[in-house]
Amino acid sequence: MLDDFFARALVAGIGVALVAGPLGCFIVWRRLAYFGDTLSHAALLGVALAFLFEVNITLAVFAVSVLVSLALLLLQRRASLSSDALLGLLAHSSLALGLMALAFMSWVRIDLMGFLFGDILAVSTMDILAIYAGGVFVLVVLAAIWTPLFAATVNRELAEAEGLRPDRANLVFMILLATVIAISMKIVGVLLITAMLIIPAATARRLSGGPEQMAVLAAVIGVIAVIGGLFGSLEWDTPSGPSIVVAALALFLLSLSPLAGMIAGMRRGGAAAKTEGERP
Amino acid sequence: MLNSEVKVTHEALVSLAGAGVFRGGRWLVRGVDLAVHPGEIVTLIGPNGSGKSTTAKTALGILSPDEGRAERRAGLRVGYVPQKLSIDWTLPLTVERFLALTGKVERTATAAALEATGIPHLARAEMRNLSGGEFQRALLARAICRRPDLLVLDEPVQGVDFSGEIALYDLIRRIRDDLGCGVLLISHDLHVVMAATDHVVCLNGHVCCQGAPKAVASSPAYRQLFGARADATLAVYEHHHDHTHLEDGRVLHADGSITEHCHPGDGHHHHDQDHAHDHEHAGDTHVPAGGDGAARQDAGEAGHAR
Repeated sequence: MLDDFFARALVAGIGVALVAGPLGCFIVWRRLAYFGDTLSHAALLGVALAFLFEVNITLAVFAVSVLVSLALLLLQRRASLSSDALLGLLAHSSLALGLMALAFMSWVRIDLMGFLFGDILAVSTMDILAIYAGGVFVLVVLAAIWTPLFAATVNRELAEAEGLRPDRANLVFMILLATVIAISMKIVGVLLITAMLIIPAATARRLSGGPEQMAVLAAVIGVIAVIGGLFGSLEWDTPSGPSIVVAALALFLLSLSPLAGMIAGMRRGGAAAKTEGERP
Repeated sequence: MLNSEVKVTHEALVSLAGAGVFRGGRWLVRGVDLAVHPGEIVTLIGPNGSGKSTTAKTALGILSPDEGRAERRAGLRVGYVPQKLSIDWTLPLTVERFLALTGKVERTATAAALEATGIPHLARAEMRNLSGGEFQRALLARAICRRPDLLVLDEPVQGVDFSGEIALYDLIRRIRDDLGCGVLLISHDLHVVMAATDHVVCLNGHVCCQGAPKAVASSPAYRQLFGARADATLAVYEHHHDHTHLEDGRVLHADGSITEHCHPGDGHHHHDQDHAHDHEHAGDTHVPAGGDGAARQDAGEAGHAR
């Protein structure tokens, strides 16, 4: 089945969506959308460095994302600038550095568009392996730190007071985010990764009655967007990465309609009883 | 600095020794000595910005002291009600799920905590749809359903009406009796504290005075104001200050001298419990907080002035 490029694209896209959904919920809850953007912009610097030092692209992107996260943590402690100004500084300077580095390496001929917008149809079996290995790692670790991370999302001091070590959970979360960006760059591209994180989570918000439920729903909605987007791009011959994002947007708009509101009301009544007392 | 009547038979759950926190170029609080033992209720009072929350956070380990020490018993199980907590509207969070925020809770414990705080009907309500009083009760329910060794409550009755306040104070006392936990309570009122309080510490950047509260019944002005119902629940704390905090931050001592700061060891203090009031409160530094402050303040001055 994985011989077919379209089947490979589907499997890879679904893998990314399953991971991006739950992580995206934290991005939405913590208002970190711009942080996701910053990491994905920095990913291009990772690509350039990968060519320069001839290392694996996914690995280099992961490393650069982690470094940018740490740089942000340090700058937040020392500099007297607001977080969004710092994020803008990091995002665009790393993007510019990446573009310059790529231009200098005249011997490297790369498809810049492929990195900016993704090239899901060129996904190899190795890529799929990386996505699922990385994805399982991210989900397992996320489940392990769920309680402290979620408690810290609600209130850092409360989590700290009750012995949950929120700073450690936050650091691990940043590493997970870097992982997701590294493995999903090839699917939707640098410019659209944040969309995969945020739009499914935002769509799930109105339909869910609890945080765990929202995480699962976001994953499901992301999968639907990938399937819909890929078939749409096949049908109308549109670029695949943007098509996936547009499909996610369509689902979001659908969730705003009165019909979805009614379903949410019904679900919430039943789901509250079902998920009562459950935690992952 | 602790009075000898405080029982020290058990190891303290949490203790501060000469603790001070320095942030943003100034000392938020300095030289605080404080200990909470199992089964003991310690109430912190003081004007706005006097370092009550800072002291509680230092005791909890959220802030690390820049001088002195803060020690907690190993493996201490804490239930914390912060002064402020906002739930982002993007967070779908029911009261029931909120109760399990920092760890798994038995279903019976959840039900019992909601019942005790008077909000069993709100188990499935969304946190962000609760009123101020309901929210405060949910915070308290969450803290107690963990069956903590130490309960730290930062203005737990803010936004709760007067009869609700008495009910919640009753509840806190019952929880203390049932669990045998220590309670560190920050009161929004400068003069009226929980009757079950063993020890009151009055802060204003440092420990101004401390002691045990007096029953409401002993003060006619309070009894008239609160009625007999509050007798068993509320108590009056009479301040014994030997210095005044001036508006510019300096300190006027009983002997007429003025210093930049106020330290227990600087010779101006006489922390005896039996001396008379020898100070005036300058400006508005000692006005009780809260919308119902006006009535209390009157009673407070009456009781205060003797």
